[in-house]
Amino acid sequence: MKRVLIVVALLAFPTAQARAEGDPARGQEIYESRCIACHSPDANRVGPMHRGVFGRKAGSLPGYAYSKALKGADFVWNDETLDRWLTNPQAFVPGQKMNFKVTKAEDRTDLIAYLKTLR
Amino acid sequence: MSKLETADTTIIRPTSELDLGRRQMFRVAGMTTLSAAAIAVLGGCRSMAATPMASEGDVNTLNVALGLEHEAINAYQLGAESGLLQKPVLDVAVQFQSHHKQHRDALVAAIKSMGGAPVAEKSMDDYAKELNAGALKSQADVLTLAAKLEKGAANAYLGVIPSFESKDLAQVAGRLAADETMHWTVLASALKQALPEKALTFGA
Ligand code: HEC
Repeated sequence: MKRVLIVVALLAFPTAQARAEGDPARGQEIYESRCIACHSPDANRVGPMHRGVFGRKAGSLPGYAYSKALKGADFVWNDETLDRWLTNPQAFVPGQKMNFKVTKAEDRTDLIAYLKTLR
Repeated sequence: MSKLETADTTIIRPTSELDLGRRQMFRVAGMTTLSAAAIAVLGGCRSMAATPMASEGDVNTLNVALGLEHEAINAYQLGAESGLLQKPVLDVAVQFQSHHKQHRDALVAAIKSMGGAPVAEKSMDDYAKELNAGALKSQADVLTLAAKLEKGAANAYLGVIPSFESKDLAQVAGRLAADETMHWTVLASALKQALPEKALTFGA
């Protein structure tokens, strides 16, 4: 049921891929107002640190207490998985504990462009 | 279909209104006990806290909120102990810290009333490292960090509102966001930062 609805939704409203290239500077601004309460590039806080997140296996930092759901996830963070996560973390990884959505596709694209710069 | 997805308009758009309505009713009926218990506690009326009926998702979200409050309390502690804050700024920082302690106590009680385990506070040293407290050299540095954390917290609370299964807890998140916004406004004004030109800059 759930799958069918999501598929129908995606077919009816091809969303997400707004622009191929994001703007990392704008992404950083958004990060510093919307992600910064829980995340930093270089420290595990309420959420895990983000340096190196692009290309990293989900839920894989040793010093951070992930939810069981994210720890058990078997995928790598890339454009597509980050976009799905930020769109609706609970729909993507049920049982996760972030519960914070970024509704505008453009904002997600820019955020992902910024996360890529955190090498 | 999970409740969270039901709340997501982008994903449920193609379903019928009627279908949505029924789910919504079902959800509200199921959540009443939990809300009464947790809200009684968050509202400061412990005796009303009834049988716990945990929603794991809501407990997780409250625990993330509690993590934010632990960090805020320690950030103000670091600021107060830094010797960089002068009166009357110091008094305001202490007052804001006391708000965060009240948030913490309410969240701990609510999480317990829902049968959850509240996340523990880390050590001051850990917070000092995470927040890069060594880089704070002036009162303005401390206030800038505090303003950033308060604005972030307001946005975080606003952002998790749609994820709550309990509407009452969602309202509590809104009230927490209001407190953080009040703190941010005072800090921004102390820093002589301009207020946002546009409306609706929070939570987006
Ligand atoms: C309310 C706190 C909070 C906010 C705000 C928040 N996150 Fe998170 N984030 C978390 C938590 C908690 C986790 C761990 C989730 C888990 O273990 O299920 C997480 C995990 C993640 C992960 C997975 C990292 C990994 O190591 O696998 C990414 C990516 C992420 N967040 C990106 C973001 C971005 C980008 C933003 C800003 C738009 C953001 N988050 C805002 C709390 C938050």
